[in-house]
Amino acid sequence: MQTLYDKLWQSHVVHEESDEPDGMTLLYIDRHLVHEVTSPQAFEGLKLAGRKPWRLDSILAVADHNVPTTRRDRGISDPISRLQVETLDDNCDELGITEFRMNDLRQGIVHVIGPEQGATLPGMTVVCGDSHTSTHGAFACLAFGIGTSEVEHVLATQCLLMKKARSMRVMVEGKLGHGITAKDVALAIIGEIGTAGGTGYAVEFAGSAIRDLSMEGRMTLCNMAIEAGARAGMIAVDDTTTEYIQGRPFAPKGDLWDKAVAYWRTLKSDEGARFDKVVTLEAARIKPQVTWGTSPEMVATVDGNVPDPAQISDIVQRHDMERALKYMGLAPNTPIREIRPDKIFIGSCTNARIEDLRAAAKVVEGKHIAGNIKLAMVVPGSGLVKHQAEQEGLDKVFRDAGFEWREPGCSMCLAMNDDRLGPGERCASTSNRNFEGRQGLGGRTHLVSPAMAAAAAVAGHFVDVREIY
Amino acid sequence: MKKFNFCDGLVAPLDRANVDTDAIIPKQFLKSIKRSGFGQNLFDEWRYLDHGEPGMDSSKRRLDGGFVLNLPRYSGAQILLARANFGCGSSREHAPWALQDYGFEAIIAPSFADIFFNNCFKIGLLPIVLDTHKVDQLFQEVEATEGYRLMVNLRDQSVTTPGGDSFLFDIDPFRKHSLLNGLDEIGLTLQHADRIKAFEDKHRDSQPWLFA
Ligand code: SF4
Repeated sequence: MQTLYDKLWQSHVVHEESDEPDGMTLLYIDRHLVHEVTSPQAFEGLKLAGRKPWRLDSILAVADHNVPTTRRDRGISDPISRLQVETLDDNCDELGITEFRMNDLRQGIVHVIGPEQGATLPGMTVVCGDSHTSTHGAFACLAFGIGTSEVEHVLATQCLLMKKARSMRVMVEGKLGHGITAKDVALAIIGEIGTAGGTGYAVEFAGSAIRDLSMEGRMTLCNMAIEAGARAGMIAVDDTTTEYIQGRPFAPKGDLWDKAVAYWRTLKSDEGARFDKVVTLEAARIKPQVTWGTSPEMVATVDGNVPDPAQISDIVQRHDMERALKYMGLAPNTPIREIRPDKIFIGSCTNARIEDLRAAAKVVEGKHIAGNIKLAMVVPGSGLVKHQAEQEGLDKVFRDAGFEWREPGCSMCLAMNDDRLGPGERCASTSNRNFEGRQGLGGRTHLVSPAMAAAAAVAGHFVDVREIY
Repeated sequence: MKKFNFCDGLVAPLDRANVDTDAIIPKQFLKSIKRSGFGQNLFDEWRYLDHGEPGMDSSKRRLDGGFVLNLPRYSGAQILLARANFGCGSSREHAPWALQDYGFEAIIAPSFADIFFNNCFKIGLLPIVLDTHKVDQLFQEVEATEGYRLMVNLRDQSVTTPGGDSFLFDIDPFRKHSLLNGLDEIGLTLQHADRIKAFEDKHRDSQPWLFA
């Protein structure tokens, strides 16, 4: 009896470096996604050593972190950012790697475009020099982020040296309440197990509430697996998975499709398979989540309060909490609903897919952002998401409500381009990290779902989205 | 990759948990397409009072005198003592590059984030896991004693304090061998090229759509 993780691992073992059961293993990589930030040194290393990519058709490249979200026709104004994007373009041209250029409709955040193109398929090993590669595990892939040396290793050998992780299953059973999304589930899980709770584990998400999620929701959940410390998150194949993939450009067609689906159906944990750890959450108890601190585990429910460090006995933990509250400019015991953001960011590889934009648009439709909101922006995850949203008129809904409607990219998720928070500015953000300075030096991030961010935009402070729709 | 055998180094304590890679090296420095020069921007937002941008002359910037690495007693430290979940967050290898470029050779913590831990081995920076009590003891000793040094011996897998306490740590034998000899992992893997090709053929037969 095997777990899904066992199956994915075993089907990619090329060689084991030792006879020990958990020694270093050479694992074959099926899909290598590449972006501009973590690849230049890898391409340079490859060239210096006189090596070539092992399998070109396994690679798909896109620039997402540095690209501007306004006026693309003017190019990238920051010369250092521009050079990084041009370096990716040049490397791809020179080696013959498929790349979606900045003005290609298919350009977008690497973790949005992989699945959107059908370049992410069940049963694959998927890597990218980016920690949120865990997103792709939603398709029953073994997908994880790697460092630049490993990017070079995969380019040169199509393999990675890895140690098998322990297995964890997170079960979410029952029905999610009205207005509760995959983002709330993800934050609730992190609140429960902590940001290091998944360290050393590959996590499978299972249970009836997970099966009820759309592929977009599953991607949101697996995306956040890394915020729980797990390098990989994954979900078994079902009809939702295959329906999403069918007809996408890189997906198999005709006879191959049928053959593939027959195999994919086996990609689930066997009945009775053993996990090293099991965590269970009751779906009906999950409420809308809002982070109050500088780590995703510093999270509360919307009807709760900012915690009080005086109540914490562990010294290291108390100091961390005090430091976080100071950075966030929050007093202990403040009700979450009284926190007033200055900016709203709807975007990132966590929550910038069509379903996310629809959920946010539904909340703001016919309303307007509150007077204290200095900027509210929607940054679609890809050119195709943007196009689809425009077909549905969502851009107009957002614009009428006072939002800016931008071009696709990572944008203010990490503020490598011009989109960023100023010192002390507070943001309701649908991204995945609330670390100090993540969205701009001194910026204060509250992680929430798209509907919650939209509701905060309209009210000018956090509100329980369940009360407004 | 840099070889690692032995390090007798001054220790600097960084007493906070969950230090993320955004804090270790902020994103604006990730725009560089080079692999070197990140040390001056290690912990940039904590180390300097002004906002750092790539290309600035760090020697002219205002230091935050209260930040631990700016205290004269820790100047030239080679071993970083840290708390749980060190290196969480983004996969940027720029974080270990910055630590190494600054002069660190080893990092001791009760736990590390997976990707960061892995990245360290690729460049010859040694991450050492010791249990929380031992790390607590080291924090107390280093804060109490100026010039506090630790001896790290990879061959013996030991960390020895000035008082003579010796703590053993675990390391995967393959990784240990690579570090001791400064081996090029890509070169090693390519020695298995035939195996990789054979695997690929078999894989293509069973899942042809992956190669279409
Ligand atoms: S959207 Fe944010 S988390 Fe996702 S890849 Fe871009 S920078 Fe990373």
